[in-house]
Formats: sequence, structure tokens, C-alpha cells
Amino acid sequence: MKPAPTAVALAEAAGRLAGAYVHIPFCARLCPYCDFAVVPDRLDVADRYIAAVAAEVGMEPVWRPLDTVFFGGGTPSQVSVGSLSSIVDALAGRFGLADGVEVTVEANPEDVDLSYAHRLKVAGITRVSLGAQSFDPVVLASLGRRHDRTDIIRAVEAIRAAGIGSVSLDLIFGDPTETDSSWASTLHEAVTVGADHVSTYALTVEPGTELSRLVRAGGSGPDDDVQAARWETADRTLSAAGYVRYEVSNAARPGHESRHNLSTWAQGEYLAFGMGAHGHRSGVRRRNLRRLDAYLEAVELGRRPEAASDSVGGWDAELERLMLGLRRTVGVIKGVGGAALMASADGIRLATAEIVDEVDDRLVVRDPLRTDSVIRAVLALPARS
Amino acid sequence: MSRIRNFSVIAHIDHGKSTLADRLMETTGAVTGRDMRDQLLDSMDLERERGITIKAQSVRLAYQALDGHSYTLNLIDTPGHVDFSYEVSRSLAACEGAVLLVDAAQGAQAQTLANAYLAIEAGLEIIPVINKIDLPAADPDRVAAEIASIVGGDPDDVLRVSAKTGAGVDALLERIVAQVPPPGGDPDQPLRALVFDSYFDTYRGVVCSIRLVDGRLDTGEQLLFMATGERHPANEVGVITPRIKPVPALEAGEVGYLITGVKDIGRIRVGDTVTTTARPATTALAGYDVPKPMVFSGLFPSDGDDFERLREALEKLKLNDASLLWEPETSRALGFGFRVGFLGLLHMEIVRERLEREYDLDLVATAPSVAYRVTLTDGTVKEIRSPQDLPEATAREVLEEPYVRAMIIAPSEYVGAIMELVQTRRGEMTHMHYLSTERVELTYQLPLAEVVFDFFDTLKSRTRGYASLDYEPSDYRVSDLVKVDILLAGQPVDAFSTITHKDKAYGYGKAMVERLRELIPRQLFDVPIQAAVGARIISRETVKARRKDVLAKCYGGDISRKRKLLERQKEGKRRMKMVGSVEVPQEAFIAALRVDPTER
Repeated sequence: MKPAPTAVALAEAAGRLAGAYVHIPFCARLCPYCDFAVVPDRLDVADRYIAAVAAEVGMEPVWRPLDTVFFGGGTPSQVSVGSLSSIVDALAGRFGLADGVEVTVEANPEDVDLSYAHRLKVAGITRVSLGAQSFDPVVLASLGRRHDRTDIIRAVEAIRAAGIGSVSLDLIFGDPTETDSSWASTLHEAVTVGADHVSTYALTVEPGTELSRLVRAGGSGPDDDVQAARWETADRTLSAAGYVRYEVSNAARPGHESRHNLSTWAQGEYLAFGMGAHGHRSGVRRRNLRRLDAYLEAVELGRRPEAASDSVGGWDAELERLMLGLRRTVGVIKGVGGAALMASADGIRLATAEIVDEVDDRLVVRDPLRTDSVIRAVLALPARS
Repeated sequence: MSRIRNFSVIAHIDHGKSTLADRLMETTGAVTGRDMRDQLLDSMDLERERGITIKAQSVRLAYQALDGHSYTLNLIDTPGHVDFSYEVSRSLAACEGAVLLVDAAQGAQAQTLANAYLAIEAGLEIIPVINKIDLPAADPDRVAAEIASIVGGDPDDVLRVSAKTGAGVDALLERIVAQVPPPGGDPDQPLRALVFDSYFDTYRGVVCSIRLVDGRLDTGEQLLFMATGERHPANEVGVITPRIKPVPALEAGEVGYLITGVKDIGRIRVGDTVTTTARPATTALAGYDVPKPMVFSGLFPSDGDDFERLREALEKLKLNDASLLWEPETSRALGFGFRVGFLGLLHMEIVRERLEREYDLDLVATAPSVAYRVTLTDGTVKEIRSPQDLPEATAREVLEEPYVRAMIIAPSEYVGAIMELVQTRRGEMTHMHYLSTERVELTYQLPLAEVVFDFFDTLKSRTRGYASLDYEPSDYRVSDLVKVDILLAGQPVDAFSTITHKDKAYGYGKAMVERLRELIPRQLFDVPIQAAVGARIISRETVKARRKDVLAKCYGGDISRKRKLLERQKEGKRRMKMVGSVEVPQEAFIAALRVDPTER
């Protein structure tokens, strides 16, 4: 099966977008599975933090107008809309915003009511990504979430009513308390509520999390085979409902793909602001300090809060291009790296097993559940200049 | 010469031989308490850890006896394990007497007996001694009676000492002087010295342990090694006190060391007779047979690039261990390595550990195998040291396996448990002898293959550690043997093949297949694992293909982190062995080889 030309064009064009990622680390409390850069219960410093992010924007060398802005977290809906708005203004003032800019805010369902949604709309937010995770109360409790299914429905309706054009739901599958039928009904509810975009993520046990401690202490964790089956259920259900899966974990009604995410997989450039944020600009991948105090101190002393940066060029960049692009349904342009893969013993085995395939000048993963098998083979290719 | 006494101490592991040696050295002033390192004679770390002595060494003690004379006592150390009975014999050949040391609580053990019999056969004077009389559990009267029933004599003559406290050690020294005959030999005859051991010293080259029988050896003399015909100067001769102490000359009856400047230990043969070129002896002393390896195992470097380093390490070990033999072996699964012959299982373990520890090699060892003897249909007879080399059943006329005579000593309450164990190992009892009302000596004919795999540990566990074991080769017998092959994804994996008795093939195949199913990680494909005898599949399992191999998402655009994670996993895969298209982790080779082919 050949990727649709329009989908290919969209995916590849995303590599030329200019993005900005803004990290809002605050959370009401820590979810047991989360290992993101978050600080629970520290809203007392929210104003200081927002001021620091705005100051950090001022430290970034000027750039072209932004096509996408993404407020991720943490929980961006923990800070006031005025705070988010001030950062959008700072970004617009420093870099400009391109026509049709996509501005996404991640939000918890319990934080979103009609008035909040209206204020988001006024602040220029075009897309809300709700951390719904599940519609099943047992699963939600197991995941440590505070909302229930009615919160999700109310939040989606509020976003719609406020006139925000795109709403996405994040779902997590494979929690031990989840069953085949509860996952099926979660998917069904997500479709019914009219989400434009659905991200389905397998619950992962990350080191250092409460979940990992529970699993180590003998508690039950996610099962690979169960998760594989649930992923297939999601793929089937969403596809039948008119969503197109454009990446391993993301499906959207046509026109509602996250351009910010598409840019990431196309090895595009995005600036990074806020503690623990990651950016990619001019062949350099950099990340910010991950501790709140260190971040605030650096910015307030007028220094860039950078923790590390890696220059990714040449062959490394080629492997990275494949690593990212292979996650997409349209795959990736084969290039020299892809040709090397398909000539390698690993590549031949993967092709024989129909896990990866060559279609014209592209390399496409046929079995998305085994994408990392392909990526590992890519990263194992011998270095060349 | 009349004031020289050459003797060994024969003891079971942990019966206190090294402690006694230390005490003898301390009592005679060879070392002062302050600079005495515990258990001086054991110089290798591994020997210390395992509580055994591998290389025979000697130490000279000066003893002022009660008769007013000063005596030279040469204590010649012997290895305490069954694998090294060859080395015991050659140590004994340098002595006129042997102290038979037995733990006052544990009583005589199979190895003590085996070595005592060697000493008796060699015509040595035996001095029975009970050690550890200070222990609360000591029962010296019972043990004395046991010893008397083995070596003869009166239980009242058995000495009682505590090497730990020093009690009775003076009496032992007196007994050695009184009972061990002075060396025979003629100081006026041409030089004849027995090389009873040698080792390689990085700085000095080959150091020979020698026992002068006739004549005299002066530093600087030109020497002739009678068996090899090699001629070398005596650059240095001396004694060990236990420090190395050069002397101008050694005389008939004395024990000492000889350094000739030879760097290649292969040029010095243990058992050879040294004489002088100026006045050579006409007949050499009786030497020894070269020990025959009984157990074989393939040793493969985990990293194929280490093949040459492995060869060099084996060559270096061989410098101090003439019994080590090997030939190159190629395995489809494990690459290039060596088929190495060992005297026994302990020897195998020691060599492997030394290779890994001292030479920093990461090794994969195949399951130990014995040497089978096959007569082909065309009448030729071949020795099979590796299951890979076994000819097809149709090409074989007769297949024989080596048997051993095994001696087990245990408390009589465990006789039932031992008989049961030996029966499952295809053993036949040939002899049973009560040493006392509580302890019994059992003699069996057993296939060596049944002994090399875990027999000793099982015996120990079934007798709560009270049984002891010793064995020696007896003969070859025709057996109903088959080769069990293990196939991964349809391909036989040579490293997993085993020769076993027909009745045990199914149990082994099943256990091996189940074990591998646990150890082989899920892969891109279903991996069938089969056990087969010839073309017949006797067991089968499948490692189901991995259905999911993808991470959730690129968290917050953290590409570097995901990449590093995947690269680490890629590194992990490097430590896998590719067997055909199947990735097999190293631990699968190691753990699967612990599946006992003789147990079921």
C-alpha cells in the first residue's frame, strides 16, 4: 500500500515549520506513571515562573515567525490563562506568529469550563489537548487522575462552545485494571464526544516513578501482548470512525493532525522555553535545566537556563531523520541511511518478516508495533562520514 | 643424610593441613609469629578461596630434637583433591614418610583414604594423626579406631594434635624424626635428582622442585636432563624456608629448588631425572606417566576478538599446569575456541576461573563431556571428546564410555540415600565395608559421565554434607548412548549437543528445551526450540514472537533521550550470540548447560 501523496506532502512539509515548545511544570499532584519534568503543589511560584519564561524568550536569538506553539506540561491549565497569554505575546513580539499559527495547550479536563475555554480562545489558543487518559473510573483511579468521564465530556463541549477549532484527547492503554471492554468503550466515548484528534499511549513503566516502585514490589504492570492487542483495537476503532493514524500513537480526522508533532517527526526545528524543555535549532539539540530552582535562578541572573546541548550533524543526523520519520504512517524518504539499512543483514531480516518495506523512494514500517525493532537496526548501522 | 626427614601431609580439604604446616613452621622457627601470614604454603588466591592446595611446594624446617641432634625436615605439600591425585603421587615420590591427618570430628574421608593408599603403595611410612582435638564435637577415640581399621596398627598409637592451639605438635615432630626413615641414596654416586614439580616465575623463568637421590648438585654446574636430553647450567640452587634461600650446593637426600634460566616450561618435564654432564648417571629414576585428561569442555571467548588472548592465556597457564591440554574447536554457535581437557571437574572450574579472573576473559563453556570410544563399522577406533564429533549411528559398530571406581565414605544412616542416588546414575556396587558401626565405605563402578555432572554436589546434599567421594578411572564399557541435539529455528546448535544414555535422553531434551524457552528472549519471529535424537524430535517448545516493540512517544521532543535508550538496547543486543537468525543471550549458554543430562 502506498502512502497517500497529500499525507506525504503534509508530513514532509512539517519539517520546515518553525515551532516553540513552552513547558509548564505545575501539577496539582504527581501521577504514579509520570516521569516528566513536573513540580507538584508549587503554584506559589507560578508568577515568578511565567516571568522567567517570558524573560527566557527574550534571550533566544531572533528567528522566523512561529508556525506552531505548544504549551505542554506538567499541567498548563494549572496557571492562569493570562499567564499563557503573556507568553504567547512574548513569543509574538520576539519572533512573530505566522498566518494560521497552531497554538496548543494541554489541559486537565477538570480545569476546563466554558469561561476558561472562552478565555483560551481570546488568548489565541487554537487547539486544546485534554489529558483524558480513560473514561473508565476504575482505570482513572488507578492512574491517579482526579477527573471522571463527565469532566471530559463537559470539557470537550466547553472547548467546542468557545469556538476553539481543534480538540484532542490523550488516552493511556494497558493499565492493569483496564479490560478489553473498558478500553473499547473508552475509544467509543472518545469518538462519540467528537474529538478531532486522539493520541493513544501505552502505559510505560519509567524508572523512578511510583509505578515502577509498585511493579518492583511485586505489583502488576502493563503486559506487552495485552498492550499490543489494545493498540490494534484502537487502530481499528479509530480508523472505522474516520480517523487516520499518521504516527504510531496519533490519529486525527483529516486536517486535524498536530502540526507541532508532525514537525518533530520530520526533524523540524522548535525552540524550547521553561524548565526541562527540549529544543532543536540549527542542528543543535538542547535541553533546559530540569530543576525548578536552578531554572529560576539562572534566568533571574540573566543566564540562559541550558543544561546541555548536542550538535547533531552528518551521519548522526541521517540516522536521527530515519529514527523519527519511521514512526509516521507515511514513513520516511529512504536516503543513504535507509539504503544502508536495507542492504544490512538486519534490514533484510526485517524486510523478509514484512516489518519494514520499501515503497518507491520511501521506507515504511508495515508493523508499527515493532517500529523500535527497525529503529534499533538503524542505530546499529556502522558509522560513516 | 641421617638427619634429614622428607615427608608429606595427606589430608582431606579442611582437615587442617595448611594450619598444621603453619604451626610446624612456627614451632621450628621457620617463621616468626609476627610475619606469619596465615597458611603460608597456599600462595594462589584461588587456592585460598577454595581451601585447597593445587601446586605441590616444599618447605625446609630446622628442628632441634629431644635427642640433642638438629634435623632437617622437608615438608612437601600435596594437593588435597581427587582431581590432582597425579600430583599427589609425584609429591609422595619425593618423600619417605606421610602424615595422615584426619579431622577429629569428621573422621576419615574418601580422599584421605585414596591418598593414604597411594602413600602405602609408594612404600611410605604412615604417621596417623588426629587433628582438631580442641573442637567440642571431637571424637578422637572413634576416629582413632577408624584410622586403625584403614591403615592397620593400634588406635592408641594415633597421635592427637590441635594445629590451631599447637597441642601435640611437639610430639608430632618427635614422631616424624623417630618414624620417618632417613633418605636412602648414595652421596658419592653421580648426581640423580628427581624433578617432582616445576612452576614458571615471571622474573626467574622455570623453577624446578627437586629431590636429590644420589650425589651432589653445585651451583654453576652444567646439568643434563636425562629424559629430554636438555643441557642447562644450574644458575641457582636453594631451599625454601619458606623464603627462597640460595645455597652453594644441595646434597643427596635433600629437597630444594633449581633455576636453570630456561624460560619455556615445555622444555622441563616433571618426573625427569637431573644429572651432571661432567659425571652423568647411567640410569634415570622412575618417572611418572603423563596424566590423562578425563573431562573435556569447549571454551569460547564471548567476544570473538579475544580468541588469540585465550590461546595466550592457556599457554601461560600451561606453564604451571602441564596436565592442561587443548585443541582448537570451531562451533557454529560460539565461533572459534578450544576443546580443553581437564583432570576433573574441579580442575576445569579452577582453570576457567583463572582464565576469567587473571586474564580478564569473558568465556562461554560448553557442558563437560567425557571421552567416549567408538568403533566404526570399518573397524577403526576413535576417541570422541566432543558430542559434535560423534559419528552417525549407522557408521558406528560399538560405542563405549569410561567407567570409574568410586569410593564413598559416609555415616551408615545415609547408605539408603546413596544407593538410591547411585542407582539413578547407573552405578553398580562392588564393595561395602563398615569402618565402624557408624561409618561405611562403599565402592562403586560408575560411568564417569554420571560423575562429572553434579554428582558430588548431589551426593553432598543427600547426605547433609557428610559423604566424601573419590574416584579413579577403571575401564571402558559398552553403553546404550545417544546424542541429543537441540535445534533453534530448525538449526541444530552444536554447543548444546550432548551424549547421554538412551533412557535419559527424553528427560534431558525436555528440560533443556524448557530452560531455553525461559532464557531466549522474544524476537521478531516465533522461535521453535526442539530436542532431537537423530531425526526424531523428542521435545518442542516455542518462544512466541514479540508482538510489540515500540515506545510510547518522543516525550516532550526529547529525541536525544529516546535515541540513547534505543542505543543502549542495541548495545545489549551485541552481547547476544547470533545462532542462525536467533539471538541467544550468553546466559542461555551458561545456564542451559547446567541442565543435568544424567538426572532424569
